[in-house]
Amino acid sequence: MEKGVAYDNDMNLKATELRLGLPGTDESQKECSSFVKSNKRSSEEMDSSCNEEECAPAPKALVVGWPPVRSYRKNVLQQQQKKSDSDVSGMYVKVSMDGAPYLRKIDIKVYKNYPDLLIALENMFKCSMGVYSEREGYNGSEYAPTYEDKDGDWMLVGDVPWDMFVTSCKRLRIMKGSEAKGLGCQ
Amino acid sequence: MAQSFPEDVLEHVFSFLNYDKDRNAVSLVCKSWYEIERLCRRRIFIGNCYAVSSEIVIRRFPDVRAVELKGKPHFADFNLVPEGWGGYVYPWIVSLARAYPWLEEIKLKRMVVTDESLELISKSFKNYKVLVLLSCEGFTTDGLASIAANCRNLRELDLGESEVEDLSGHWLSHFPDNCTSLVSLNISCLGSEVSFCALERLVARCPNLKTLRLNRAVPLEKLPNLLCRAPQLVELGTGAYSAEIQSDIFSNLAEAFLGCKQLKGLSGFWDVVPAYLPAMYSVCSRITSLNLSYATAQNPDLVHFVSQCSNLQRLWVLDYIEDTGLEALAASCKDLHELRVFPSDPFDAEANVSLTEQGLVAVSEGCPKLQSVLYFCRQMSNAALVAIARNRPNMIRFRLCIIEPRAPDYLTLEPLDTGFGAIVENCKELRRLSMSGLLTDRVFEYIGTHAKKLEMLSIAFAGDSDSGLHHVLSGCESLRKLEIRDCPFGDKALLANATKLETMRSLWMSSCSVSFGACKLLGQKMPRLNVEVINERGLPDSRPESCPVEKLYVYRTIAGPRVDMPGFVWTMDEHVSSRLSRVTERRGD
Repeated sequence: MEKGVAYDNDMNLKATELRLGLPGTDESQKECSSFVKSNKRSSEEMDSSCNEEECAPAPKALVVGWPPVRSYRKNVLQQQQKKSDSDVSGMYVKVSMDGAPYLRKIDIKVYKNYPDLLIALENMFKCSMGVYSEREGYNGSEYAPTYEDKDGDWMLVGDVPWDMFVTSCKRLRIMKGSEAKGLGCQ
Repeated sequence: MAQSFPEDVLEHVFSFLNYDKDRNAVSLVCKSWYEIERLCRRRIFIGNCYAVSSEIVIRRFPDVRAVELKGKPHFADFNLVPEGWGGYVYPWIVSLARAYPWLEEIKLKRMVVTDESLELISKSFKNYKVLVLLSCEGFTTDGLASIAANCRNLRELDLGESEVEDLSGHWLSHFPDNCTSLVSLNISCLGSEVSFCALERLVARCPNLKTLRLNRAVPLEKLPNLLCRAPQLVELGTGAYSAEIQSDIFSNLAEAFLGCKQLKGLSGFWDVVPAYLPAMYSVCSRITSLNLSYATAQNPDLVHFVSQCSNLQRLWVLDYIEDTGLEALAASCKDLHELRVFPSDPFDAEANVSLTEQGLVAVSEGCPKLQSVLYFCRQMSNAALVAIARNRPNMIRFRLCIIEPRAPDYLTLEPLDTGFGAIVENCKELRRLSMSGLLTDRVFEYIGTHAKKLEMLSIAFAGDSDSGLHHVLSGCESLRKLEIRDCPFGDKALLANATKLETMRSLWMSSCSVSFGACKLLGQKMPRLNVEVINERGLPDSRPESCPVEKLYVYRTIAGPRVDMPGFVWTMDEHVSSRLSRVTERRGD
C-alpha cells in the first residue's frame, strides 16, 4: 500500500469528521487549498460557487439528495400542494352581511392586501368598516369584517398575516359593529 | 454424454430456461452446450451498460429478440450523479439495429435516450413490439411520435417516470388507424394534454389493451368514455382524479367502473377529490395493487377507501395514511406483500402527520405475507425494529428512511444498531436493505455476520470507521450493489477488499473519505474494474494523492474504460498518472 494512503494521520481524521455546516479553514486543509471544499459534506454541494467566507451554513433541509425522494415525486407533490392551496381555500368565498337579503361571492386572490379587500367590501356593500387596529379591532365602525377559517372558527379580518388569511379563509361575514365588539379583544 | 443429444433437442430443452442465471449455468457445462445456448438465447439483461460492449454481446448472441439495459447508478434518482455523466443509449441502438433486425423489445432504465434513438428504433426493426423507458431522459414528444407512427405492431409503450420534454400532446395522434395491437400504454409522466379523441379511438380499436396509465391532463369527467371502451382493463392509471362535485359525473364514473370486471391495479389519482373515491368501490375487492402515492387524500377518506380493498397485495401511499390508517390496513388486508409509505412533506423537520414507527409495527404484526417495505418516517426505535424483525422473518426488502440524518432511537437515544441487527439476523432471506438513523460500526458487524443473502445495501450518514465498510465487503457473500453516501469510510477497507469488487455489479461512494491515491491504486491493481472518480471541482492541484474524491463509482467490466466520459469523470487506471500530470500542466497556462 502506498505511504500516502496512511489514514491514521491527523489530516484524514479531520477529513472523516462529518458536519453539515461549512468547515472552518483548518491548518491541515492547506495542502488541498485549491480544493477548499474537498472535505465539505453534502450541504455545500448546493452551491459550488460559494466561498467559505461569504456563505452562511446551509440549512439542513438542503442536503443534496436527502431525504431520498425522487425529483419526479417531489415535483408532483409540490405542484399539487400549490394547486390545493388555491382550490380548497382562498379563491372564491361567499360574503354575507348582516341584514342584507342575499350573499355575494368574491375572489380574494384578486386582492393584494387587507386595505384592498376592505375597500372592495365597503364598495360592494355600501358600508363603512373603518380602520383595523390590533388592540381595538374595528371598534367604533358601523360594521366589522369577520371570516370563518379552515378550523371552522370565526375570526376578525386583519389578525393574521395576509398570506395566511388567503389560504385559510373559507367565507366572510360582515357583522354589525355592535355585535363584533367582543371579537377585538385578546 | 452431451453428444448423445442432437442439437435441436438440446435447444428445445434450453427453450424452457428463462432465467439468465440458468442459461449462464448451462453455457458453462461444455463447449457444445455453450455454442447451442448462445445461438438460441433470445433475451439479454445488462445491469450496467458499461460492463460490456455491444460488440461483445452481438458476437456471442447472434439472434436476440429482447434487450434490457440499465445506465446510471441508483443514486442518480436523488440528484447525486451530475448532468452529463453518461448512460447514452444511442450507440447501443446503432449496433442493435445493425445486428438484430428482428429485435422486438427494448427496456431501458436510467439511460439518456434521444429523439434520434427513438427514431432509429422505430425504423430499424421489422416486428418491433415493446418499448419501456423507466426513469430515462433526453427525449421529447417528437421521438414518441416516430414510435407511434412507425411501429406497426407496437404492443407496449411504457414511459415510466421519465423526464420527457413535452412539446405537445399531438404525438399520440400519430398512431395509425390500423394500429390495433396495443396491450400496454403508460403515458403518466407526460404533462401536456393528448387529443382525447385520438386517445379514445386508440383505446377503442385495441381489444387487447390491458394496461392503461393516463396522464394528469386527462380529466375525470372523460374517464368513463375510456373505461366503457376498455372494460377488459387489468391496470388503470387515472388522470387527475378531480372534478366539480356533480352527481352525474359521479354516477357515470361509478357505472363505468362497475363494467371493469378484470381490474386488478389502480394508480394515478392526482389532485384527488375524496368525494369521488367511492365511485370505485365496486372494483375494490378485486384490487391487488394500489398506488395512491400521488393522492393527497387524508383520513378518514383515505383509510376508508384502502380498507375496502381486502385482497390488496401491494400498497403505495403517502404518510397521510398515518398510524391509524396503517392499523386499519393491518386488520383488513391480510394478503399484503408490499407496503411503501412516502413522505408528503419531506423537507419539513416537523411532522405534519401522525405517522410513526407504530404504523409499521402494526402492519408487520397484522400482515403475515409482508415481505417488501419502503417506509419514510420521523422517528424510530430499536424496540420497534426488533418487533418488526421478529414478526416478519420472511422480509425480503426492507428500506427505512428516517428523515433526519443520524436520528437515534427516540426512546433511548441510542444508535439503531440493535434494531437493524435484529432485521438482518431474523430475516434470513433479506435481499435488499436501506438504512438510516444513528448507526455505528456495530451495525455493519451484524450485517457482515448475518446478511448472507443480501444483494443490495444502501447506507447514508452511518458508521464510525473503515471497519464498518470492511465488515460489509468481507461478510456479505451475495452482495451485488453497494451504495454509500456521507460515511467515514476510506482507503483501507476499499483496498483490502479489492477483489470483492469484481464479484459485484457496482460500488458507489460519495462524500466519504476515499483518496485519489487509493482510487489510482485500485484501478491499477484491478484491470477488470472501472474505477471512476467524479470530481466536479476538477483535479486537485496539490497533494492529489491524499485528497478525497467527491464521488467514486467502481464497477466490473469487460469493456475497458469508457470513452464517453464528461470532463469531470476520470477512470483511474495505469494511464491516469500521466493524464493527471497533463491536466495540471494545462491548468498552468
